[in-house]
Amino acid sequence: MSASASPARVIGSVVLEVTDVHTYYGNIHALQGVSISVREREIVTLLGSNGAGKSTTLKTISGLLRPRQGTVKLRGETLNNVPAHQIVRRGICQSPEGRHVFPRLSVDENLAMGAFIHNDTKQVAIDRERVLDLFPRLRERLRQKAGTLSGGEQQMLAIGRAMMGRPTVLLLDEPSMGLSPLLTDVIFDAIKEINHSGVTVVVVEQNAQLALSIADRGYVMQTGRIVLTDTADSLVKNEMVRKAYLGEE
Amino acid sequence: MLTFEYFLQQLVTGLANGMLITLVAIGYTLVYGIVEIINFAHGDVFMLGAFSSVTTLQALGAQAVKRVANKDQSPIPETYLWLLIALVTSMVFCATLNVLIERLAYRRLRRGSRMAPLISAIGVSFILQNVGIYWKGVSPVNFPRYIPQIDLVKAMGIDSFVRVTTKDVFVLIVTVPLVIALTLFIQRTKLGKAMRATAQDRDAAQLMGIDTNRTIALTFLLGGALAGAAGLVSGLYNNTAGFQMGFSYGLNSFTAAVLGGIGNLNGAMLGGVFIGILAAMSDGYLDARWTPVVIFGTLNLVLIIRPSGILGQDLAERA
Repeated sequence: MSASASPARVIGSVVLEVTDVHTYYGNIHALQGVSISVREREIVTLLGSNGAGKSTTLKTISGLLRPRQGTVKLRGETLNNVPAHQIVRRGICQSPEGRHVFPRLSVDENLAMGAFIHNDTKQVAIDRERVLDLFPRLRERLRQKAGTLSGGEQQMLAIGRAMMGRPTVLLLDEPSMGLSPLLTDVIFDAIKEINHSGVTVVVVEQNAQLALSIADRGYVMQTGRIVLTDTADSLVKNEMVRKAYLGEE
Repeated sequence: MLTFEYFLQQLVTGLANGMLITLVAIGYTLVYGIVEIINFAHGDVFMLGAFSSVTTLQALGAQAVKRVANKDQSPIPETYLWLLIALVTSMVFCATLNVLIERLAYRRLRRGSRMAPLISAIGVSFILQNVGIYWKGVSPVNFPRYIPQIDLVKAMGIDSFVRVTTKDVFVLIVTVPLVIALTLFIQRTKLGKAMRATAQDRDAAQLMGIDTNRTIALTFLLGGALAGAAGLVSGLYNNTAGFQMGFSYGLNSFTAAVLGGIGNLNGAMLGGVFIGILAAMSDGYLDARWTPVVIFGTLNLVLIIRPSGILGQDLAERA
């Protein structure tokens, strides 16, 4: 799983396709026709300010929210009517915004819950070792209640827990939120490593600079719509992105 | 010496009653822990468990009842089998009933206002009480005397005022293993952990692939099963069952759950035993008419000092 040892990444065919999705919170029209397509082994980032609909998009993909219109497809199969707990079994795992680790379960129990859908004990043990190699800090805290971890450790646990589900597509919601630059680097190195092991990653970030530094492509969202999409390299150079999200005049 | 023996006597009674209260309190606390609903119908499920036990026992062994009533204290082997059948029947009956209640009266209201499932619970409570009246009438029914009341202290040749009867022991033999089994299930098994995960963060649990509707149903199933067991045991212990027993036992059990820290399993056990002993002491030293005052006075006092109960997590801790 080491980044240096893995071969050059080969981007594959489209694995996740979101088409003209409209999602509501009660009467609030949160997503107003969002379309995103993600190819195998890509890192795709969703950028935008607070309330633009980034998290809503991820929740709609993972099934926590239902689109009122439009489709979410994984490898051509529509997920619209698949309940959230079944979508995980299809291979989409999410590390939610605000981490949402189970505070009164131990770190180890949290990881076990990540592997809830798997019954092959041996492979689960191998997955667990991989996650602990990826985040050695968690190994020191295995028996500790997750609620007592620091923010950075909780983020590691949230990502590690999602990895225990063996995702083909990993959704990460604000993985750098509230973390020091040092810890943010640790998390983003881990995301790169996960991606190099063959996992497709969709990452939502406030920190556009950071997200674009690891992403292949990006989508920029404003008030529930996609307003711009391009390769990460072009987005970094884009005038609007620089002004709005990279803090440049 | 007599006063100390009197104290011990109240302690024995209190412990046996406390374990019964614990079984019912666990049902309140598990359900509150996972869906944050006070299942007001829970006490009535317990009552119907006692009623179903009366019916089962009467159907199974009128003979055994006669022999015990005739002071024929020789052991009747079939009695144990019949008790086991009545126990399992009552547990299955109440578990099924509780799952049905969740499915019909609470599930659709879960996403709505917090008041809606509460009102619905009170409604279900009334319905079940009326089912009870329809089933066994308004006056209390005598429970078949299956468990002979033999004083084990005397039987051991110790001359003492304190009586520990076969009935007290019977209560502990049924309740303690059930509580231990439940604790192990919740602490150790994958499904038990999934229940705890669902209680702590329902959306995150779904993201793990946990079918939260099923873990919630499982919670009602376990709570109902324990109430069913308590229904049988309390009937045999007190020799009576009536449609209002759900209200009185339910109130004590709910108080026990809140006192211990609602949502917390250990809290329900601690609260149950505590309330049982407190009630027995109040019955013995003050007057039974003062007991509700003592119980609710203590509850008020504890909640003023620790609003989340003795073992309850602070809100900050839970977040």
